Amino acid sequence: MTTVGSTLLERHRVRPAEYVYWIALASVFFLFPRNLSLATSIMVMSLFALSLDLILGFAGVVSFGHAAFFGIGSYCAAQLALHGWSEPISGALIAGLAAMVFALVVGPLVLRFTGLPQIMVTLAIGIILYEAANKASSITGGDDGLGGIKLMPLFGTFEWTAYGQTAFWYAFGWLLLLFIALRIVIASPFGVSLQGLRENTLRMRFIGTPVFGRLLRAYAMSGFVAGVAGAVSAQVNKFAGLDMLSTDRSIDVLVMLILGGVGKLYGALIGAPVYMLVHHQASEWNPFHWMFVVGGLLIFVVMFARGGVLGLLEAGLGRLPGGRAQ
Amino acid sequence: MSTNMLEARGLDKHFGALHVTRSVDLSVTAGARLALIGPNGAGKSTLVGLLTGQLKPDSGQILLAGRDVTSESIEKRTRSGLARTFQINNLFRGLTVLENVFLAVSERLGTAGSQLRTAKSCTEVIEKAEQLLKELELGNALHQRISEISYGRQRLVEIAIALSLSPRVLLLDEPTAGIPAGEVARVMEVLEALPAELAIVVIEHDMHVVRRFAKEIVVLAQGAVLARGLPQEVMASDEVRRVYLGGVDPSKSVMGKRRA
Ligand SMILES: Nc1ncnc2c1ncn2[C@@H]1O[C@H](COP(=O)(O)OP(=O)(O)OP(=O)(O)O)[C@@H](O)[C@H]1O
Ligand SMILES: [Mg+2]
Repeated sequence: MTTVGSTLLERHRVRPAEYVYWIALASVFFLFPRNLSLATSIMVMSLFALSLDLILGFAGVVSFGHAAFFGIGSYCAAQLALHGWSEPISGALIAGLAAMVFALVVGPLVLRFTGLPQIMVTLAIGIILYEAANKASSITGGDDGLGGIKLMPLFGTFEWTAYGQTAFWYAFGWLLLLFIALRIVIASPFGVSLQGLRENTLRMRFIGTPVFGRLLRAYAMSGFVAGVAGAVSAQVNKFAGLDMLSTDRSIDVLVMLILGGVGKLYGALIGAPVYMLVHHQASEWNPFHWMFVVGGLLIFVVMFARGGVLGLLEAGLGRLPGGRAQ
Repeated sequence: MSTNMLEARGLDKHFGALHVTRSVDLSVTAGARLALIGPNGAGKSTLVGLLTGQLKPDSGQILLAGRDVTSESIEKRTRSGLARTFQINNLFRGLTVLENVFLAVSERLGTAGSQLRTAKSCTEVIEKAEQLLKELELGNALHQRISEISYGRQRLVEIAIALSLSPRVLLLDEPTAGIPAGEVARVMEVLEALPAELAIVVIEHDMHVVRRFAKEIVVLAQGAVLARGLPQEVMASDEVRRVYLGGVDPSKSVMGKRRA
């Protein structure tokens, strides 16, 4: 056994493998110039999965309705643009804040529960929001969604090109920025205390932790990041639709995170591409049965690799920060 | 006159039909060294649960430093200076020994909510945690996970966490249960070295520990306070002997069974 000191207290340390990840991601731009829109969608979902990891992987809060925040971010960004607020970065920030407000509203309900009841409540919130969005077609466009979004050039300079070059770097920038922010958060005393809450909530009460307040903060941050992810999705696709709020999307992001590895941040960043590339490849091979492949992969991970794909990689490459080997 | 740091007035608690706490009055003054004894199932741990807020009493009142805390949460009482240890280890098993104590110290020092500095940069927290752990002879286990150390050493982490909160009232639920005999003396030394004004209640079956530590004994039987007084008085009482199986003289035996 190797003595690694304290993984929790060393979370701030950047490992060489991390640079490899980000350089590889950036190089996609040059290596696969024809697939930028897929790469952009992958980064959006990576960001979404990151937001889920903060509450699920670090704070131990289970969510089966996380698409609610993504959807709110999407619609908010779309509506802002349609009403003439076409500067994308501030638009995404406002959309993130809207999702965060929603998290602060539903958080007290969700965080009152744990386990199965918590799953049910988050699922219910997701479903109710979906139906509400469906009915409120004057705001959401109902089944048709909101199209025709026009944005100002990025930083007033970079036009939104047809091949998605600007969109790629836009999504990359958000992913990197919010990743760094989350990385700082999980390496902070606050992040350490989230880990404590996940391990043993009762014990945390007995050291004086204001459990609810701390979880609500994490939940709000998660809502913000998910909202930004939704906003970026609407902005780069020039479209927001009901599908962004759907339970399917909530389940997708959960599967991505579990595939990649829960509670390590990089699990989200690896699970999303694995899931979406498998999806992409398998649906070219057979558009109806690609779910078999994903299902098989998930069973494999759950049975043989509890740490997800990242856990397998870690076993080979040594640890990444943000979590501990399983 | 010394002040009451912790006080229970007429506490009652039922678990279904079982009446586990029967109009218990208890007062713990600053500087108290009180042993709470009684046979298995007497309701000692339940009383700790009531005092700390983990359990809600059916009726009665709890005062902490003169303030009514009966309806306050566990965390609020803890922040007001009430700390406890658990009879059965209740730790962060996946975390290291140092991390376990780090959590408590950073909560105590008010840094646990900060997001913009690294945990590693909280040197005041880490140093205090390490110092406490060294005092408890856990200095060589700092980076081992709880699940990797022996049960006995985990008991010491329980105590370290409670002490790291710098409490005003400390409730120890069988602190020496499960600690190898050789290490009990170490625990006793640490407890004896605690600040004189700290109020300590210790639930203990080991009469050697009780005699060495306690200045006062409360005997609980079937949920009710049976006797309270100086150690020699209480241990000499016939009634107290009778509540223990077979009327064994408590001063000559280790009462009850040790919990694994
Ligand atoms: N949560 C609970 N629900 C139902 N009964 C309980 C619960 N907790 C404790 N009891 C019962 O209440 C009684 C008192 O238990 P308690 O743990 O307080 O005793 P104790 O004096 O600490 O005993 P020991 O010396 O064995 O630790 C026991 O009969 C126990 O079985
Ligand atoms: Mg007990």
